[in-house]
Amino acid sequence: MTHYLDFEKPLAELEGKAAELRALAAQEETKDVVGEADALDRKAKDKLRELYAKLTPWQKAQVARHPERPHCVDYVRELFTEWTPLAGDRNFADDHAVIGGLARLDGRAVMVIGHEKGHDTRTRIERNFGMARPEGYRKAIRLMELAGRFGVPVVTLIDTPGAYPGKGAEERGQSEAIARSTETCLRIGVPIVAAIVGEGGSGGAVAFATGDRILMLEHSIYSVISPEGCASILWKDAEKMREAAEALRLTAKDLSQLGVIDRIVEEPLGGAHRDRAATIRAVGEAIEEELKALDGQKGDALVAARRRKFLDMGTKGLAA
Amino acid sequence: MNWITNFVRPKVNALFARRDTPENLWTKCPECGTMLFHRELTKALMVCTNCDHHMAISPRDRAASLFDGGTYVEVPVPAPIEDPLRFRDQKPYPARLKEARRATGQHEAMLVAEGEIGRTPIVAAIQDFSFMAGSMGMYVGNAIVAAAERAVERKAPLVLFSAAGGARMQEGILSLMQMPRTTVAVQMLKEAGLPYVVVLTHPTTGGVTASYAMLGDVQIAEPNALICFAGPRVIEQTIREKLPEGFQRAEYLLDHGMLDRVTHRKDLREELIVITRMLTGQPPAIMAELPPPAEPAPLVETPAGGEGAEPAPGPDEDGTPPAKAAE
Repeated sequence: MTHYLDFEKPLAELEGKAAELRALAAQEETKDVVGEADALDRKAKDKLRELYAKLTPWQKAQVARHPERPHCVDYVRELFTEWTPLAGDRNFADDHAVIGGLARLDGRAVMVIGHEKGHDTRTRIERNFGMARPEGYRKAIRLMELAGRFGVPVVTLIDTPGAYPGKGAEERGQSEAIARSTETCLRIGVPIVAAIVGEGGSGGAVAFATGDRILMLEHSIYSVISPEGCASILWKDAEKMREAAEALRLTAKDLSQLGVIDRIVEEPLGGAHRDRAATIRAVGEAIEEELKALDGQKGDALVAARRRKFLDMGTKGLAA
Repeated sequence: MNWITNFVRPKVNALFARRDTPENLWTKCPECGTMLFHRELTKALMVCTNCDHHMAISPRDRAASLFDGGTYVEVPVPAPIEDPLRFRDQKPYPARLKEARRATGQHEAMLVAEGEIGRTPIVAAIQDFSFMAGSMGMYVGNAIVAAAERAVERKAPLVLFSAAGGARMQEGILSLMQMPRTTVAVQMLKEAGLPYVVVLTHPTTGGVTASYAMLGDVQIAEPNALICFAGPRVIEQTIREKLPEGFQRAEYLLDHGMLDRVTHRKDLREELIVITRMLTGQPPAIMAELPPPAEPAPLVETPAGGEGAEPAPGPDEDGTPPAKAAE
């Protein structure tokens, strides 16, 4: 059962009809019915192309949150070998919203850290919908430091609505944990390649996304606040999320123009969820290329360049 | 019952209305309701003399009360691109900025100053909640970087007073990027071996707490200041339960190990002098009003005397309390 987003409704109708006709054809073997189904499919494909050629920022936000979009665990399974998850912050708990561990990417040992949202009710609850608690950030800090000590490059996969706004999370120092995680990103002398594969939700995303190279999938979003949150604060109306998404400049294209991200990874027609394997492959290739480009750089030089990159950020506005 | 309220209330209202005073002379404490005379309140550094409630103090008043003799020099902050995203909600962002500038008389949400506290040179960065909720955008980021650079240049500690609703949404992702930017500024200080003291004031929330405001070598907060990542309202909506009394207030954070100290505003200056001097390997400061230059200092034996001289060792080194000697 495909999950259709609200703006994909015309597409759902076309594809639904085509599927019905095919089911009918399977029973009665009428040739013209098959022909009609094919025509509908072609029409659906045109519609898909038309819809995705001009996605609005709000529609992109919906695509970025699509339940069938490849998640961190999918990338880990498909891209890496010898995946060895490492758990815990050594202080309080293991946060299942953040996964981390050693793995090999095309033979090269890397430290993988990422947010995991889960794919069904059970796993979503287990993963807390990808919203990390302080333990998650402290696990990431621990793993980044480990990677730094042993010269292992870090690959982060960003996909979170934001850090978890809960009572315990606050009591255990959510802000301090995020601040330290960002600080660790800016301190370790190994390459960091960050890929925003879904939602880059505010401080919860920055904590891992402060890398040498920042990649972003075409329809991913990266923002200081969710469009809904921004709408309810600035418009005093959460229903104004379309306007807010527009104003926030949270799309890959805008962020690339602002110099916040370095590279856009194209998605298959109709978004990552329509061809998960191709998306994962494309992200993997991009990460490998970026890691190769960072090869052979000394730790001090890497750290200095990374800090310079962030200090210089925002000194140029949107190109006219 | 209705006839009596109708009958009485207008008269009561009229009575109060007639007693209405010009706003700038009296301030009502939002906590205990005491009416405070402006001169008294200013003298008490905007702390209620009845219930010790800490009200907002302007960055300039804060700087004047912090530095020796109220003297400081402003450190210039490089101007960022204004309205980098050409952001527009119900009003365009430049209009909001203009409005905030008119209302506060300030250019932006942070003041960077350098001067001496107890004859200890420091750089101070003071955030202004009254300016667009103190929100962190490119300017605040530039201010913190400028403050750190000046501190490194002068080999002086940086004291930062935080107060913010979080990131400035009108600068979108660039406001978010101030989290790593300001973190780099903090790292400059750490690598130069300079103390970075954070004083969290009411309220400090969101991306500000989750970056430079939580990375201090020493973390001090003013009493009852709200300090959090996610605000109490957001949390109540998420977990659908009432939060405990005092949740996310300074004392609560102190209890949970997130702060070093909670300090009354009147004691802050002295405490900052003590801490920064100890961390920079200097002898104790003279903890009294420095003698006016014209009068001979009775206890402190200053070899050369006069204004410019280095402070001599503390007055109580020989065990004589300074008050006695002054009599």
